This record gives sequence, C-alpha cells and structure tokens, in this order.
Amino acid sequence: MTLESVRLSRRAFVFGISAAAGGLALRAASPSALTSPVARETSTRISEITAWIVIEPDDTTVIRVARSEMGQGNFTTLPMLVAEELECDWSRVRAEYVEAGENLARDHVWGDMVTAASISIRGSQSYLRKAGAQARQMLLDEAAARWRVPSPECSARDSIITHAKTRRTIRYGQIAAAAARRPVPPEVSLKPPERWRLIGKPIPRLDVADKSLGRPIYASDVRLPGMLFASVSACPALGGRLVSFDGAKVMGMPGVRYVLAVEGTAVAVLADSWWQANRARLQLPIVWDFGKARELTTDHLRETFRAGLDAADVAIGRRMGDVKAALGEAVTLVHADYEVPYLAHTTMEPQTCTAHVTPGHAEIWAPTQNGEGTLLNVAKVLQLDPGQVVVHKHHLGGGFGRRGLAQDWARMAALIAQQVDRPVKMIWTRDEDVRHDYYRPMVLARQSAGFDRDGNLTGWRVRVCGSSILVGLSPDRLKDGQDIEMMNAFLEEDMAYAVPNFEVGYVMRNTTIPVGFWRGVNHSQNGFFRESFIDELAHHRGRDPYEFRRGLLAKSPRSLAVLDAAARRANWGHAGPSVYQGIALVECYNSVTAQVIELSVSAAGDIKVHRVVCATDAGYLVNPRIVESQMEGAVVYGLGAALYNEITVQQGQVQQSNFNDYRALRMNEMPRVEFVDASSGNRYTQEWGGVGEPGTPPLAPAIANAVFAATGQRIRSLPFARHLRAPRDA
Amino acid sequence: MVEFTVNGAVRQVSEEPDTPLLWYLRDGLGLTGTRFGCGAGLCGCCTVHLHGRAVRSCLLRVGDLNGAIITTIEALGTGGLHPLQQAWIDLEVPQCGYCQSGQLMQAAALLEQLSNPSDADIDAAMSGNICRCGTYPRIRAAIKRAAAQRNAVPNTP
Repeated sequence: MTLESVRLSRRAFVFGISAAAGGLALRAASPSALTSPVARETSTRISEITAWIVIEPDDTTVIRVARSEMGQGNFTTLPMLVAEELECDWSRVRAEYVEAGENLARDHVWGDMVTAASISIRGSQSYLRKAGAQARQMLLDEAAARWRVPSPECSARDSIITHAKTRRTIRYGQIAAAAARRPVPPEVSLKPPERWRLIGKPIPRLDVADKSLGRPIYASDVRLPGMLFASVSACPALGGRLVSFDGAKVMGMPGVRYVLAVEGTAVAVLADSWWQANRARLQLPIVWDFGKARELTTDHLRETFRAGLDAADVAIGRRMGDVKAALGEAVTLVHADYEVPYLAHTTMEPQTCTAHVTPGHAEIWAPTQNGEGTLLNVAKVLQLDPGQVVVHKHHLGGGFGRRGLAQDWARMAALIAQQVDRPVKMIWTRDEDVRHDYYRPMVLARQSAGFDRDGNLTGWRVRVCGSSILVGLSPDRLKDGQDIEMMNAFLEEDMAYAVPNFEVGYVMRNTTIPVGFWRGVNHSQNGFFRESFIDELAHHRGRDPYEFRRGLLAKSPRSLAVLDAAARRANWGHAGPSVYQGIALVECYNSVTAQVIELSVSAAGDIKVHRVVCATDAGYLVNPRIVESQMEGAVVYGLGAALYNEITVQQGQVQQSNFNDYRALRMNEMPRVEFVDASSGNRYTQEWGGVGEPGTPPLAPAIANAVFAATGQRIRSLPFARHLRAPRDA
Repeated sequence: MVEFTVNGAVRQVSEEPDTPLLWYLRDGLGLTGTRFGCGAGLCGCCTVHLHGRAVRSCLLRVGDLNGAIITTIEALGTGGLHPLQQAWIDLEVPQCGYCQSGQLMQAAALLEQLSNPSDADIDAAMSGNICRCGTYPRIRAAIKRAAAQRNAVPNTP
C-alpha cells in the first residue's frame, strides 16, 4: 500500500465516521469536527486492512457501508456479510458510512452506493464476503510470517488467530497495522453456506439503541454554527413557474433573514429558526404562473391514459405465440380494465437537506438513498467539480424510493445555500412533501384472455398506459426510447405463468406530474393488474384461484413452491366464519413472494384485514429477524395505500396535503403478519433475491381477491375505500 | 417572560409566544430527539410529556406553557434506560426509527396510566402515532414486555 493510499484511508475513515451508529452522537453534538481538517489528520492508530475494513488495536472492527440505512437493516446486514468471512468478533463491529466523495476519489473502491431496487444485499453480497475473506487472509499471512509457520496451519475466529500446533494465539488488533501492508490476495475462496456462523442468524441490529434513545442520527437533526433554517413553497401546480413574490412584506418578521427564489419554480424563506421561516413563508405574497399545468386534472389524465390503451404507439415488452389469433379462436373471452392512482411516499421524515456552499466548495448533510447521486446532482446544479462537493450521509427517516434517483430536495437545498454565506437546513412541511413528490404513476391497464374448448387458457393480452418513470429519472435505462420496465411483472424474468400466446405492451403518455420509484415500483401496480385478473380467470372457469395458479406454474417449480408454502401455512380454503381468503403471487428483485390474506367486510363496507401470510424465497436470508420486519413493513405500506391512498390533481395541483386526507395505516388496523421462509438457496438461481420490496406488490391483489370472495364485488381500481364506502346496492 | 421546565431544567423562554413547543425544543434547545412529522397533530412523531401526559408538541404554543413541566425522549430514562427503551432494544422495534421517540413517549404515558394494558388499551393509546415502516407488531410486543417486567415483583427469581 502506498503512502498516498494510506493518507486517503485515514481521510476516508474520518469522513465516514460522521454517521456511524456509535460515533454519530458525539460527532453530531460537535459538528465542527465534521468539517475540521485537523480532525482528518488526528486518527493515527487506524489500520485499514482493505477499503471495507479498519481494525483498531483493541480489536474494534469498523466495517464500511456504502449503501444507505433507511430502516431496512443495511447497517447490520451488510457488515454481517463482511464479518462472516473476516471471522472477527461481532461484538466489536461498528458500521460506518462511506463518504460519496471518497468513493469517487478512490475509483469506486466501495462499488455502487445506490440503495434501491432491493439491491443492497443481492447486489453486493459477493464482493462484501470476498472483502472479508481477503482481509482474513492478510491477517493470517501476517501471523504466519511472524511465527514462521505455513499460513494454512493458522486459523481465525472471533478476531483471534491460532496456530494449534504450537498453541500460539494473536489478536487481530495486534497485527492489523502490519497486515494492512501485505498484498491483497486477488482470489479467495468463500465459505459454503453450511459453514456460515452469522448469515442466516437473527443477529441484533446495530442501530436500534440510537433509534430508541432519540439520538441525533438524521439529517434533519444536524446543527451547525451559524446555521439558518429554510421553509419552502414550490409552485402548487406541478409544472408551473414562479412569477414574483413580495419579500418586503415578511422581511420585518422576527428572525427572517432572506427571501429567495429557487430555480424559478419555488421560493424559500430563511430565518433563525425553522418556525420563524415557515410562519413568514405562509404570509408571503407569491404570484405563480400555472401555465399549461392548469389543464392537468385526474379525470382528464384518466381519459388520456384510457385512450392510450388502444393506441398504436405501443412498446411490446414480451410476446409469445400469436395472441391475436389465439383470442380470435377462443371459445370464451374475458376482458377487464384496471386502474391505479398516483401515490405519494410520505416518508415519516419530510424531505430535508442541509447545505453549506462557499466559493468552490459545497458540503451537504443528506438523507439519501444514493450518496453519489446526491453529490453529482449538487455538483451539477452548482457547476462545481465533483471533487469540490462533500456529502455526509445520515440515516434516513424512511426512503421507499423517494430519496434515490429523485434528488430534487438536494438540488433545492444546494441552490438555496448558494445564495447565502451560512449553512442552511431546509425542511419541507408535510404539505409540501405530499404535494411535490415523485409519485407512483397513475396507470391504466386493459387485459383480455381467451380459453379454448377444453377450458385451457390459450391467449392473454395486456396493455398498460401511464407516465414513464425512467424518462424523467433514468433515461439511460430506456431501450430505443421505450420504458420496458413499465411492464415489470409481465416480462420474461418476472412472470412464471405458462401461457402459449401472450403479449404485453406499454403506451407511454408523459405529463409534467413527476413520477418515481415507490416501494415495489412497477411490480406494485402491475402485480395488482396481473394477480387480480388471474383470479378473474379462475372464477370464470369455476376453478379455485390457488389451484388455477398451480396449473399455470407446472413448469415453474420455484414460484410453485412459494405459492404452496403460503397456501399451506394459511390453511387455504379453511378460513373461519365470516373470514375470506385471497391469494396472490409476484416475482420481483429475483425473489418470489406469495401472500394469503384473510379479511372480513362489515355491513357498512369496511374491510378488516386479520392476517397476512407472506411466503418468500429470496435465495438466502442474511438476517431472518430483519426480513420478518421488512415483510411487516411491506404489508403496512401496501395495505395503507391499497385501502386509502390516492393522489388526485385539479388544475395541476395535488389535492391531498397531510395524513388527514392521505391516510397511513395505524396500529389498530395492523393485521397479524406471518412470514414463511421459503428460501431455496442456490437451487434455482445463483443470484440472491431482495427482501425490501417484494412483500408489497402481492398485497393489493390478495385483498381484492379476498374482497371478491367475501362480497362477489370485483374491485378493479384502487383505493378500496373509494368503492366500499358506497352503498352495496349502488 | 414565560418560564417552564424541560427535562428538569427551568427555561426562560424568549421565543415568540406562538412558537410551537416542538420547534423551541429542536431549534431553541437542540433537543432534536423530538421529531417533526406533520405539524398538525396527525402523526404523533413529536410526542412529549406535559405533566406526565402524552401531548403533541407541534400543537402547543410556548406562550401557553408557563409553569409547565415538559419531558422529552432525551430524559425519558432518567438514571438509565426506561424499561420501554430496553424492551425496544431487546425486541429490535425500530426500523427507520424516525417515529420512535414519539412512539416511546406515547407508550410511556400509557404505562403510567395502565400498568398492564390490554391489546384494546394499546390500540386506543397508540393509534394516533403513525409508523410508515411497519413496527406496530413489535411496538405492541415491547409495551407488553416492559409492562410485565415492571409488574414483576423484584425478588421473584
């Protein structure tokens, strides 16, 4: 290792510690340490074995985490993967964030920082385990050299290396500095699953104490000397512009320091406290130009998307056989149109970001699902080189897709801070948060299916229409200008049902309403379309919906096994009196999930969900206790949305604003969630599966299917509350 | 000038009287463990204790609090962890954690009123506190665990 890289390592360490679970409270309480160049030079006792691992003389083992912790357990599970191979003493492991700028400076030595698409474990498990094994080998080699014995005769466990023949031991901390100077072995072998000691165990989370004691771990908790607070108003019409504002009207109010325009689309009021800023903002006269956004209404959008279902400018995502001929020859046909509304994310922590911009430099404190994305967005909008931007990552008060590719909040904070010479903490009100989201798109679907004389499903045609997520947020992922991902859950890799003639197509209709990634992304609405329609087909044929699915999965043992696991645990077909079951299956993020839900519908039309059985095959589970909580979370998120949530638009303005009109599921509505571990290891796939999102997509269709079982009413548009509050005979 | 007690310390409050207690705590005193979620008493993130009762600090104006005794998450477990905090850690309740200060303060007030709350009691007390991550089942279990430990006779093995 060169001197230069050693110096970089130390810098990386001190940067990264800013949001470490253990060190954070201290750091946040004395924020000057975050930026002090002196602090970077003071850590001289640190040994960076590899980029991922620092071992201190007392055996404290710091494991770097590149992805973000937003509740899904990354601060525990990702270090577990490293520690599994490192053979360190887990009780001395501390997690710390990688700083995005260091990752750029060191040529992406920590890989991808994106925390989305349920990617963290499945996307990094192989190189994290390898990093642990490499470091272990370097430590073993160092010990062997000191003892003048062959390295293979030494073994490592709990941060102690043993040479059994001579009964000698040495601690990692004693030799870490020397081991760090040894070459990194390029190839190492990884333990087979049967020898894992951490992976698969319910290792306690490393972040729960901070979160149970109210410690300042979030970006919205950051306090900096001289900091101002910002409250913002963005144009209420999505796509409209700022014309003017009368800052003089509020400049005399207590604490108010600045009233600023942001990008011609928003106004920020800066004051000595957030409340002072917000109070002034509410009294600030602002003139907006809604422009063409004024024409945007939900009803009009619905008509536009409905017309798109028959349009010719369709992108085909998957085609098997000749669906037109199959439907033409079918003896019986089933047609149905479906619809889902725009949905907001409502992370518990409203959008927030703190920024300090000085000439040629920007420092950002961010709740980001994508540290590098934050850095590059800020650099671009401030016209700085990436090397001039520092991003301090903090634990997120919820992510759900809101804080990944959509970095609008980071750009806004940077542009505000650029206009003043002090650090600025921007916090959106909940109203702003609900009304300026990157919403899950409103999507309409039209499906047709045909059966032959023998009752076999011979043809299935799917059309979906709505606004593309990728066009706005990730145009690099478009294929020939088309967003194939809008058809997820119907594509080859994520639909296992065997149908001889099948076609799915997407018609893109984009508007100025921002759309984005929402837990489960396109699988969430398409899972609802697909699994509700499959249920319709089963009932059309007079078949049990579970058995009907089994018939289509004869050549898909992985999906079949998960479906069976859910049905078995739920004792499918044997719900109690006045309790009705619904089933759904969705394949996504290389995992397979099936849910059976049990519910009752009251005479007034209220749905009460009693129980959700959730069976998942994610290949391997790193921490089953965390997976269990991810599934409970996926159920809460999906259930609240399916029952209550819709974002509607009038004259370009979102009509919802807070938890009164955009409800979240509450304690008294929480069903019992039973997680069934249907892990298949590497039997069907060498890739591991994700667990953050797969629990959400099956929820809405499983409810719709149970509601049909309970009432005979087939609900084809969400949310359910819109339908079930109506009189039953209407 | 308004004067009230926060976590045992008497504070003379010079902020404008309509300042919500939440923002006085966070920006004025640096007690950031109390968190902002909705600003309208709808989510419970900002729950603190006023004379031992759970209240939404975003709805209380500092000008109305003369003589009040306020406790925040930072002082919930005086002289160590509150039994609820220990149960929260033992059962690994938090996910993102942002709502958990409010959940804990709400639950602590519940246990002061009902030493052995039923499921219905927990629903009634806790349903005003939103969690978007889905920690409700573990919150329920942790409340029961803390209640059981508090109610256990100290010299029982």
